[in-house]
Amino acid sequence: MRKLVVVGYGPTAHRLVETLRDRGFDGRVTVIGEEPRPAYDRVHLTSYLSGTTLEDLTYDVPEGTVTRLNTRVTGIDRQARHVVTADGGVEPYDVLVLATGSAPFVPPVPGAEHAYVYRTIEDLDAIRKAAKDAAEGVVVGGGLLGLEAADALRALGLKAHIVEMSPWLMPRQVDEGGGAVLKQHIEGLGLAVHAGAGVQEVVTDGEGQVTGLRKPDGTLVEAQVVVFSAGIRPRDELARAAGLEVGERGGVVVDPGMRTSDPSIYAVGECALAGGMIYGLVGPCNTMAEVAADRILGGSATFEGADMSTKLKLLGVEVAQFGAMTGALDVTYMDPVGGVYKKLFISDDARTLLGGICVGDASPYTSLRPFVGKALPASPSDLLFSGAGANLDLPDEAQVCSCNNVCAGDIRTAVADKGVTDVPGLKACTRAGTTCGSCVPMLKQLLEKSGVEVSKALCEHFTYSRAELFDIVRVREITTFSQLIAEHGQGRGCDICKPAVASILASLHNGHVLEGERAALQDTNDAFLANIQKNGTYSVVPRIPGGEITPEKLIVIGEVARDYGLYTKITGGQRIDLFGARVEQLPEIWRRLVDAGFESGHAYGKALRTVKSCVGSTWCRYGVQDSVGLAIDLELRYRGLRSPHKLKSAVSGCARECAEARSKDFGIIATEKGWNLYVAGNGGFKPRHADLLAGDLSTEELIRTIDRFLMFYIRTADRLQRTAAWLESLEGGLDYLREVIMEDSLGICADLDAQMAHHVATYADEWSATLEDPDKLRRFVSFVNAPGVPDPSIVFESERGQIKPVMAR
Amino acid sequence: MSATISEPLTTTAAWTAVCAYDDLLPERGVCALVDGRQVAVFRTFDGAVHALDNLDPFSGAYVLSRGIVGTRKGEPTVASPLHKQVFSLATGRCLDEQGVAVPVYAVRVSGGAVEVSLQG
Repeated sequence: MRKLVVVGYGPTAHRLVETLRDRGFDGRVTVIGEEPRPAYDRVHLTSYLSGTTLEDLTYDVPEGTVTRLNTRVTGIDRQARHVVTADGGVEPYDVLVLATGSAPFVPPVPGAEHAYVYRTIEDLDAIRKAAKDAAEGVVVGGGLLGLEAADALRALGLKAHIVEMSPWLMPRQVDEGGGAVLKQHIEGLGLAVHAGAGVQEVVTDGEGQVTGLRKPDGTLVEAQVVVFSAGIRPRDELARAAGLEVGERGGVVVDPGMRTSDPSIYAVGECALAGGMIYGLVGPCNTMAEVAADRILGGSATFEGADMSTKLKLLGVEVAQFGAMTGALDVTYMDPVGGVYKKLFISDDARTLLGGICVGDASPYTSLRPFVGKALPASPSDLLFSGAGANLDLPDEAQVCSCNNVCAGDIRTAVADKGVTDVPGLKACTRAGTTCGSCVPMLKQLLEKSGVEVSKALCEHFTYSRAELFDIVRVREITTFSQLIAEHGQGRGCDICKPAVASILASLHNGHVLEGERAALQDTNDAFLANIQKNGTYSVVPRIPGGEITPEKLIVIGEVARDYGLYTKITGGQRIDLFGARVEQLPEIWRRLVDAGFESGHAYGKALRTVKSCVGSTWCRYGVQDSVGLAIDLELRYRGLRSPHKLKSAVSGCARECAEARSKDFGIIATEKGWNLYVAGNGGFKPRHADLLAGDLSTEELIRTIDRFLMFYIRTADRLQRTAAWLESLEGGLDYLREVIMEDSLGICADLDAQMAHHVATYADEWSATLEDPDKLRRFVSFVNAPGVPDPSIVFESERGQIKPVMAR
Repeated sequence: MSATISEPLTTTAAWTAVCAYDDLLPERGVCALVDGRQVAVFRTFDGAVHALDNLDPFSGAYVLSRGIVGTRKGEPTVASPLHKQVFSLATGRCLDEQGVAVPVYAVRVSGGAVEVSLQG
């Protein structure tokens, strides 16, 4: 058994350990990290300031890994083959991997000790704290991370300045022309850009409070928060002290197998000097980790340098750069009004694509980057002007996902040999699209081009997707299944399309589910307004909005259960489930429940189930809002709302989150100022934490936003697609959702609002409506020719004092 | 809408009237008790009537009469409400799993009444 020790626990260390685990490494792995937590996603670090939790960002520790967090390694004893930690510990190794990363570069100017850097969770916490009492902030460094930091300051409510030494922003990604367009975008957002400017000092008042940043020309940029984002320095001090070879300007020298000058020590990530370069992007660092893992396992992989292409959306502006930034020939497209700048670099014979720069519209990036070094797939002007690039066939060796080094050929293999037919499948199988996600549109394209007919047909009776059928029903004002299938389908339907159409009709018209022809569309649960259980009996679940119930009502439920010999259980959604009712008993049971003021809890339908709540500010010493009141209001507002899948919700009265709102399709957490709305969470088979859609909403804003969220979901989701999967399949994701339902980018909000208003106004309890209709009631018998005879096949025995079904076989 | 009639195989079959034809909702089933046996009776969209045993062979529960009626490639079907296996209303064969079938019974409409014969 070999002992592997990794120093540093950032994303690169994580990737190394994960790769070793995946490939069956059977030695002991110890990871020693300075930070108090395992590796987390730095690509999405900024989202931490807008509500993404640490838990969401943190990677799972690969199985069988020993971690030592909060621990600094102070020395390497290469003779004894162990590392020494600050707490006096000693960790022996057979193989050592340095993944110590880098430190932000802080220029040695007076007052720099009062500035912040932008690298760790702690840095972000400190910036957030400092921003509370600040009006203006300045970021030194106009590169990728600097712009991100400036955006973060802006999001924290500060007027943000960017100071960049070079004559334009993002000098490593764009040229002067691109920089000018970028500046125009960024100033348009209210940020101040000071290009071609250095730093003389960070100015403070007598008490050490920052008041601004002085430029070398003497002018002062007023700010109470200063953040340095002026590059990185590899953390090579351990290697240096241990006598390993380091570069002149820092970095642990490694060979193409990521080995340092000591063959039992590897270095990966931002601390490694590979081929004379320090790489600060996630893609190359991951590749280094994979190469090192392969070598540790006896392989011969090599790191051949990496594509430094980047595509990002910073402050809402798309910026992309791929391949070279110069060339014998170049072709530029410039639209100063639209804020678009696109440039291609081409070989002197005008045949080979060398690289490109995009600002304002990065669409050429995805389609053209794979052609770098290859023949131009079309004329440059076509590529830049008409967007002809979108339909190009990629060569197999073209890299599609640079974060995880996945090529078009890998995707095609996954489709052809492993039968993958969708983007989630490709993600699972190849890792493509799992880090920054910018290649997801390309994955879709490749799937389509590989001839995968991603059939959207609901079933053999309809060639349309559920969303398309919804639009057909809505626009053509169709009210019956018969009309829909006669005009737009074939055959007579099945257990797939009938309930889906029933749900669409119910969402749009809200009539009784058993009215007329609709009765024939319902699954047994909707047909009997109760949940079928394994022996053909049903369970009945009365609605208990928000989980609040009076003693009188509790007694009625107890009496009904006792009188009918039902099994009772408190559900996970704060209700009481009554099991074991035969078909002919259902109306009698409802009668007693309805008389006591209960209505159907829709536990059977693809509809709103419950809005769970904690006790909230009324009783709880921590609660900041009335979570029970809101939960009841919401449950009553959306009761009976038919949707593609069941809907669950919860309201928590404070950040302690006792109602577990973030595991719900829509969850609300009270804040001091109002409500935070989270959407697309999911418990169950594939859990997903909900995303923050909007913060500090008033109750009125909250309800309007939920109305639209639900109606947009109902309109566009697939059959049986819960909100979590729906959001993940929405192109543009959460941002797009926000644009549609909060900024009305599709112009449909009034329509969505009206549709919800109609639902709320026309809701009627299905149980009491059924009880009032003798025609419907006649269906509730075990035997059509012997209405009084109970089904003799239903037999119970007793367990823990209650009934339990006995199956005949 | 005219009702088609499944012909009995023998003239000596004992017919049991179970309900009025008009009691059957198009594309839904009912369950009838015939000589102690549970029979699921369905009326399809074209007006035809079909009778299968009510026992779902997969779950062991007597529930087929409560399934969704439809078609598969033109063949009339019912899907078990428990685990959704589809059965042919014409032959009783399970269309999702080979080798599984439920008994089919003779059924006819006579004078407005639906009649079932277990000897069919």
